[in-house]
Amino acid sequence: MNISRRKMLILLPAAAVAWESVLAGTPEASPNYKMTDHWWGMLIDVSKCIGCGNCVRACQTENDVPDGYFRTWVERYHVDDTHLENPTVISPDGGKEGFPIAKEDAGKYFFVPKMCNHCSDSPCTQVCPVGATFIGPDGVVLIDQKYCLGCAYCVQACPYGCRYIHPTKAVADKCTLCYHRITKGLTTACCESCPTGARQLADLKNPNDPIHEFLKTHNVQVLKPQMATGAKAFYNDLDGSVR
Amino acid sequence: MSGVEGYMYPNEITLYWSVLIVLYPFITGLVAGAFILASLERVFRVEAVKPTYRLALLTALSFLLVAPLPLVLHLGHPFRSPEMYFTPHSTSAMAMFGYVYLWYLMAVLVLEIWLDYRREIVLLSQSSKGLLRLVYKVMTLGSSNISEHSLAIDERVGWIVTLVGIPSAFLLHGYVGFIFGSIKANPWWSSPLIPVVFIFSAMVSGIAGVMLIYMATTKMRGGKIDMRCVDATAMYLFYIFIIDFSLEMLDLIHRIYEADESFRSLNFMAHTQLFFSQIVLQICLGTLVPLVLLFLTQVVKLPEIARKYMYVISGSLALISVFAMRWNVVIGGQLFSKSFLGYTTYKMELVTREGLLVAIALTLLPLLFLWVLVKLLPPWPEKSAHSPAAAD
Repeated sequence: MNISRRKMLILLPAAAVAWESVLAGTPEASPNYKMTDHWWGMLIDVSKCIGCGNCVRACQTENDVPDGYFRTWVERYHVDDTHLENPTVISPDGGKEGFPIAKEDAGKYFFVPKMCNHCSDSPCTQVCPVGATFIGPDGVVLIDQKYCLGCAYCVQACPYGCRYIHPTKAVADKCTLCYHRITKGLTTACCESCPTGARQLADLKNPNDPIHEFLKTHNVQVLKPQMATGAKAFYNDLDGSVR
Repeated sequence: MSGVEGYMYPNEITLYWSVLIVLYPFITGLVAGAFILASLERVFRVEAVKPTYRLALLTALSFLLVAPLPLVLHLGHPFRSPEMYFTPHSTSAMAMFGYVYLWYLMAVLVLEIWLDYRREIVLLSQSSKGLLRLVYKVMTLGSSNISEHSLAIDERVGWIVTLVGIPSAFLLHGYVGFIFGSIKANPWWSSPLIPVVFIFSAMVSGIAGVMLIYMATTKMRGGKIDMRCVDATAMYLFYIFIIDFSLEMLDLIHRIYEADESFRSLNFMAHTQLFFSQIVLQICLGTLVPLVLLFLTQVVKLPEIARKYMYVISGSLALISVFAMRWNVVIGGQLFSKSFLGYTTYKMELVTREGLLVAIALTLLPLLFLWVLVKLLPPWPEKSAHSPAAAD
């Protein structure tokens, strides 16, 4: 094929745009997924978490989370007998590489995985000036990143610190509950990688989901219930000192 | 981690609202305050402040034109900002910004200025030459009727616009306060008092700003400062400042006495990171000193020169205080963790889009706009009297 220099100069930018589109790929379809059949949440069993950081690493890999920001992270609490209201908390690099060995013997230690609570009355969706972040009919709080202004009002409104502004995309970002996976019948990357089953994806609309039995028989709480956000990250064995 | 003390949620370490978001309520506050000062003459017939009337309107307009810039510059995607107008989210306090802004700009300020200046604009469109003539022609909006009857209608409509403008000015700035006050996740912001405090501090900054601009421009023009006007303006500044300070103290005392779960965190912050900006700048230097000075001018018979100096010092300190208050709200509200277990540090950049240089430029830009507006629509009585004479 004989292509002149002039033609080449015209074709190259077009080819670059086309290649970018090929790389971006088309979103995978989920023809069998019906949003109204689900109401997603997450069960987090604090007593089972060993602070290995697998969930954080899996999430970062699965969702291409930028360094220094977290869609999920793990905190280690140290609650001294005499300072029940003032725990010492650490989460080095979001707990991605685990935790240093605890030095003090006094008091109790435990790990608390954190993530977006996919609140049903979420303050973050309430404040978004253009409705770029929204709760779907299946209870997952998502962000339309092609629409988000990057004003960070939602970041300020989230009581749990689960949102951030993506450093390169300049839009709000957070846990999507691995929406690309759960709509295909898979579980989330964090649940998949948890070696102890401390995280369980829960579908509250599914009568056969074990979450119903679990909620009936265990001491389950949500974070910051006074915020009245309708949080759907349910914590088993949650200590009162956890914020 | 550097700049972090205690425990912050990992996504909280960076501050997402910068100095530009500090500027935004500061600038809109100046707008609302300046307009309310102008309305004193127009609606409440306070004749003493008449020399500042037009200057206050032009000051309000200059600052209002700049008000959205810090917000737009702060956005991750500034070009998507028109979506706030086209597809506003009905539950969002921020979504209403565009409408409140447009209402205030077009339905209140521009309309009032146009009605007030219409006679001069028509006369200047006839007497000016070249490009300026065209500018004034456009500003007449095709209406060159300046008959007595027509001007009487202008006066009446202008009065109604000002009347509507007063609640609008309250709405503009009260709304800005509501953006912060309605965030339940942040105890530093979440208070129904915040919009009220914002309104009164806005009035303080607006009155102080116009008083200083009036004194400076009169001095620059070699004119004589109308002491009756400045005395009256300072008196209003004093009274409004007392209300503002009382409200802020009420909020503070309420927090201290209630001492809820966030108190330990906020108390620590006020003694460390915010000590200088809140205790020293905002409360002691910016509020108590000007209040004492203004009080003295009210109760002691002082010579004119002493009063002038005291007004300049009080006005400047009042502006510093209000800016510090905005800083303490916006930046202070992001320095502590929502876990109440730690603190971060704000590192202001210098030359980036949200850096110090841009903030300084945005602070000075309204003064440039004001200079242009004053050239175009002279607010001085003698000038406006001179132009029609020239036209006749």
